[in-house]
Amino acid sequence: MILTKAQYDEIAQCLVSVPPTRQSLRKLKQRFPSQSQATLLSIFSQEYQKHIKRTHAKHHTSEAIESYYQRYLNGVGRNGAAPVLLELANEVDYAPSLMARIILERFLQEHEETPPSKSVINSMLRDPSQIPDGVLANQVYQCIVNDCCYGPLVDCIKHAIGHEHEVLLRDMLLEKNLSFLDEDQLRAKGYDKTPDFILQVPVAVEGHIIHWIESKASFGDECSHHAYLHDQFWSYWNRRDFQEKINTNAGNGTLEHKLSTWLVEVRRNVVTVFFQDNLSSEMSCR
Amino acid sequence: MAAVLESLLREEVSVAAAVRWIARSAQSSEDDPGEAAALSSLRPLRKEFVPFLLNFLREQSSRVLPQGPPTPAKAPGSSAALPGRPGGPPRGGRGARSQLFPPTELSSAAAAEAPSARRGGRRRGPGPGRERGGRGPGGLEEGVGGESQPWTGGRRSRGAGSPGSPSLVRSDPPNLSNLEEFPPVGSVPPGPAGTKPSRRINPTPVSEERSLSKPKTCFTSPPINCVPSSQPSVLDTSPWGHGLPPGCRSLQEEREMLRKERSKQLQQSPSTTCPTSELGPPLPSWSGNLTAESADPARVSSRQRLELIALVYSSCIAENLVPNLFLELFFVLQLLTARRMVATKDGDLEPSPGAPDSLESPLFQSVHDCVFFAVQVLERQFQVLSYLDKGTLKLLAENERLLCFSPALQGRLRAAYEGSVAKVSLAMPPSAQAVSFQPETDNRANFSSDRAFHTFKKQRDVFFEVLREWEDRHEEPGWDFEKGLGSRIRAMMGQLSAACSHSHFVRLFQKQLLQMCQSPGGTGGTVLGEAPDVLSMLGADKLGRLRRLQERLVAPQSSGGPCPPPTFPGCQGFFRDFILSASSFQFNQHLMDSLSLKIRELNSLALPQPEPSDEDGESDVDWQGERRQFAMVLLSLRLLAKFLGFVAFLPYRGPEPPPTRELQDSILALRSQVPPALDVRALLQQGLRARRAVLTVPWLVEFLSLADHIVPLLDYYRSIFSVLLHLHRSLVLSKESEGEMCFLNKLLLLAVLGWLFQIPTVPEDLFFLEEGQLDALEVDTVASELGLDGMPVVDQHLLYTCCPYIGELRKLLASWVSGSSARSGGFVRKITPTTTTGLGAQPPRTSQGLQAQLAQAFFHNQPPSLRRTVEFVAERIGSNCVKHIKATLVADLVRQAESLLQEQLVTQGQDGGDPAQLLEILCSQLCPHGAQALTQGREFCQKKSPGAVRALLPEETPAAVLSSAENIAVGLATEKACTWLSANITALIRREVKAAVSRTLRAQGPEAAARGERRGCSRACEHHAPLPSHLISEIKDVLSLAVGPRDPEEGVSLDHLEQLLGQLGQTLQCRQFLCPPAEQHLAKCSVDLASLLVADHIPVLGPPSPRGLERGQARRLLHVLLSLWKDDFQVPVPLQLLLSPRNVGLLADTRPREWDLLLFLLRELVEKGLMGRTEIEACLGSLRDAQWPKDFSEELATLFRLFLAEPHMPEPQLRACELVQTNRGTVLAQS
Repeated sequence: MILTKAQYDEIAQCLVSVPPTRQSLRKLKQRFPSQSQATLLSIFSQEYQKHIKRTHAKHHTSEAIESYYQRYLNGVGRNGAAPVLLELANEVDYAPSLMARIILERFLQEHEETPPSKSVINSMLRDPSQIPDGVLANQVYQCIVNDCCYGPLVDCIKHAIGHEHEVLLRDMLLEKNLSFLDEDQLRAKGYDKTPDFILQVPVAVEGHIIHWIESKASFGDECSHHAYLHDQFWSYWNRRDFQEKINTNAGNGTLEHKLSTWLVEVRRNVVTVFFQDNLSSEMSCR
Repeated sequence: MAAVLESLLREEVSVAAAVRWIARSAQSSEDDPGEAAALSSLRPLRKEFVPFLLNFLREQSSRVLPQGPPTPAKAPGSSAALPGRPGGPPRGGRGARSQLFPPTELSSAAAAEAPSARRGGRRRGPGPGRERGGRGPGGLEEGVGGESQPWTGGRRSRGAGSPGSPSLVRSDPPNLSNLEEFPPVGSVPPGPAGTKPSRRINPTPVSEERSLSKPKTCFTSPPINCVPSSQPSVLDTSPWGHGLPPGCRSLQEEREMLRKERSKQLQQSPSTTCPTSELGPPLPSWSGNLTAESADPARVSSRQRLELIALVYSSCIAENLVPNLFLELFFVLQLLTARRMVATKDGDLEPSPGAPDSLESPLFQSVHDCVFFAVQVLERQFQVLSYLDKGTLKLLAENERLLCFSPALQGRLRAAYEGSVAKVSLAMPPSAQAVSFQPETDNRANFSSDRAFHTFKKQRDVFFEVLREWEDRHEEPGWDFEKGLGSRIRAMMGQLSAACSHSHFVRLFQKQLLQMCQSPGGTGGTVLGEAPDVLSMLGADKLGRLRRLQERLVAPQSSGGPCPPPTFPGCQGFFRDFILSASSFQFNQHLMDSLSLKIRELNSLALPQPEPSDEDGESDVDWQGERRQFAMVLLSLRLLAKFLGFVAFLPYRGPEPPPTRELQDSILALRSQVPPALDVRALLQQGLRARRAVLTVPWLVEFLSLADHIVPLLDYYRSIFSVLLHLHRSLVLSKESEGEMCFLNKLLLLAVLGWLFQIPTVPEDLFFLEEGQLDALEVDTVASELGLDGMPVVDQHLLYTCCPYIGELRKLLASWVSGSSARSGGFVRKITPTTTTGLGAQPPRTSQGLQAQLAQAFFHNQPPSLRRTVEFVAERIGSNCVKHIKATLVADLVRQAESLLQEQLVTQGQDGGDPAQLLEILCSQLCPHGAQALTQGREFCQKKSPGAVRALLPEETPAAVLSSAENIAVGLATEKACTWLSANITALIRREVKAAVSRTLRAQGPEAAARGERRGCSRACEHHAPLPSHLISEIKDVLSLAVGPRDPEEGVSLDHLEQLLGQLGQTLQCRQFLCPPAEQHLAKCSVDLASLLVADHIPVLGPPSPRGLERGQARRLLHVLLSLWKDDFQVPVPLQLLLSPRNVGLLADTRPREWDLLLFLLRELVEKGLMGRTEIEACLGSLRDAQWPKDFSEELATLFRLFLAEPHMPEPQLRACELVQTNRGTVLAQS
């Protein structure tokens, strides 16, 4: 399914300062019944991440951390069973999982002599049972399961989606009898940054020559697209000349966006193609 | 100028601001207003600061550096006289270093006051031939002698003090052959240009290549046989007072003051020696006591001042404000290796007490100061140093002074040395042989008549005869080119009547030139040069030593200091002399045409652009080829351009610039009419635009280096110089960003440009031009993204080949180690190459060398396509061979490494010890097998090459030719492959084994068990199971609902729960999309779900409202989960979490509390073997440590007792319920 830019904008518009909770997602689904949950969640997640990137710093000043911690302490002092931390996060417009991390870090600082290491904190967030304080453990757990944009569970889901799409893509390539080198093989050959697949014999798709395929398995909005171009694409570009990529998305890509991307990148003999679920129908072999 | 330095020292102005001020004319907004004000008053002097600084440093160091060749610098004017200080610092007696641009006129007043001045410099040898040898001891002798001389203020007179001073000539028996004292006519142009000081570039030593030919008066600043003229210098009679306020003096003023000072010194210097006695060879006893003083960081005086000046100096170097980077490095290394201070009699070494941090006191008061300063500068130039050749790095890293003053720098240098692969041989490449007969061009059809063709053939024969004779005899003493060959050459040229014969001959001449002189590119040279490398790496250590020895013997003693004037070394001498002897206008014209054409052709040659940042070892092999091709093209271009410059400027060449301004103007007017032989300006602009400066600029520099004195003044060439200056300034080495030029490319350009700016014919003020004139020719360099500039085409070998003078740094350091500098009067290696002539001409003919020559001879007689084919095959097979070895031998070794590692891990337990140690053990076991690579590589090339050659050559090729071609291809391919393999195989094996080790160790890690025995999905599976990501997301939703907060109407349907668990089963059975992290999260979520079921926390939708599950339903769901845990999960399920305080604590919130489900679950876990009884008991035990409400802990204790008391029963469910029921009763009663 390809979204138009207008549709995309409409969805993004609804996501301005909405907490990343189950309830928000449910409302979104009601509002856009024609879109799949995966699409909506992907857009939601990306929009929310952009929002967090913008506001991240203000939640990490020592004053902010201190005030959050005091509010948390007061809250659980009144009622340990109430969703204190989650409400605090929603109130200050910050991701619950990230708020949980702030409070946990602060808590550990207070209760242990040495400042907690990152790995300790990560491990406690993955398994809140390890948190020495029972009330805090519950609060943290609540934040994590209620956050649909951040947290270890969400990370795992994203990772799983990426993996699944790579498998899907590999199957399609095998089915089409396209000879390719996958990431592991490329790494073994000494490439440091690799796309998911390099086609050993290029193919033509919609009149453009495809040399390699990178599956991002997420919604290809302008921002993430740009970031991927910057982080990954140009490093491939520097390593192999005249390369093109197919961006296989979780099912989305805007048509207009696709055209504009072409305009930008055909100049450098690069094409980015957004693919629908049905990759095979659009891929032709020459 | 001194004022600027002073204000820096007083910290009124920061170094950064000062450097900004020097580099740019406009004030930067970053500048502090105070600083800006301090500097703006000095604005007119801005462009003179750098020359001042350079001269100042050399002046200051003059007492320390009496040995070795001088460090010239072409910084005009701006002498180091300090304003307002009549009694100034002691200055060295040797002008050569201390004063690069000594004032050329002596004020008449001063001259009159100094009727019998004796100057130390007078003791120097008579001519340039003695320049190098005599300099060191001479300097020393002066220093030693100086102690007994009654000077005032410890001042020494300067050697190059006042050339042409009438009073001097009168007062002493003149040493007419001393160039410094009696410079040639015109080297001191009077008039407005007369304020230009004469250049202090060393006269070129009479080297072997040059001694036999005609005097090359044009290539040295003062010609050898120049007779001093009686032409009067321009006398500046204006009396300058001392004590003018600092900061307001112009360069001219300062110079005048210096002049005054000098005249005073002259007066004070006693006459000691008769110059005629100095004509003899230097006495060995002169150098007797020149032992090096040890330097001690603790004894450095005025650290802060030295640091500051070092910082300014380094910043100037870094910003390319100095004309020649390597010259400055050379100077700094001279300071580093300064042997001892020239002692002075009186105590003026003590800093003047009043102004410790000003310029009043000498900068370098001891060797310690010098070394400290040098190390300070070197620290900031580390990046450049790290790109020098391995030999230089070794010498630097081993320098004990450096270690003592900056262990950190020494450590970095050592690391750089260890990481360096830039072995550079200073040996001259051997010469190749004659150009073959070229059937395409040299056939009858290309000549107008039989006669012309015949003549051409005869000329060919004469030419080669002449060449052979030159080769055999040019090193014999007393042989003269002109006498021996001149008439024969002219006779031959006389026969070339028709224009086309000229062009044929010129083609031959040019081909021969390229073949003989193009240093490392020729195959002959490569074979000779590289074969011993291979052998030495194979362990033939003696051969390597032999080669180094040979290199020492054959390498020229010195390339003429860090800034030698252009010369024609080796075979180039023949071609130059040929052109001179032929003195044929037609020949020269044809030659220029032909050279221009070839230059254009090579300059625009599309050089292949391989992937620059591919770390893959395989492409190393190919990349080397590309690099070699670039080097070949570059060296050819340089050679051609040099000869083009030589021929083009030949008619205008004269020993010195025109004597008067009027004459110069008229020459300029005339010359500006003449179109350039080749439009080098356009080519330069093209090169810059296409980002190919690294190719264009080096040859352009060669071309310009042979220009005459007028050329830089012509508008056309002036604009070229402007562009080059602009380029030079822009090549800031520390700038490294995307699209910037590669470091070594920059270094090459800086080296050649720096060298050009020091050429005698280039006006010295050119470099310090105002920027206003610089942007006369703006070049747009953004056009192309990927030019040659951005590619690492230059390696150290090419750098040193193009700029042999960089090797002087190494020689200087080596002479410090050997301690020989004093004895041999300069820095000369210990082995004095007295017998090199015989050896050098005929490099030892090893069988390999002979073989290579045979191969050359073979190709000589075959069509060029045969050679191309053979070389192509060799190149490809060699490259394939390396890939093959990687895929077979290395891969096998990696497998061995893996199995060895497994054994190791089994015997040593899981952790297996330190990975680095493991790697070492493995490598020491496996790397010796790398030697097989060479055998296998040889076999591979042997097997593959002949077939490829046969397939590519015409069917009709004669059998003998074919087999020779095959053999050569095999040989070349083997050589290529083995060279690479022997150099890299160990590193390659190491790299691969390292990767394998880390892979294996990672596999041993905590996730290993998870990955242990993974079952795939069944054959019949069609992979239609729900995706893991979807499931995690669904379960997460249920968890969040259960944990809350939730709306009153929210809940899950029982069907949904059941469906979810069903899907989980499917996904776990179809493993197509499941990755271990996802499975781990699914396991954990399922445990969380079970806990919520046990605690009855899951809100179930249904009439009438969300409520808890019925116990039966919950038990059913738990059963499903239990069987999933038992049968379907392949990762460990964190079941102990069921008894974590947090999950058990969920029960505390529920009223009434339901214990039976928990007890049920625990029993089932034991039943199914998912958890052991003891494990559960341990968990329950630790639960008691947590803090609970009193009633809850009592119930927990009861549960614990019940579980313990429970005998192992086949039907536990029923009894458990009953027990818990009763228990609940008590709880209820209590509450």
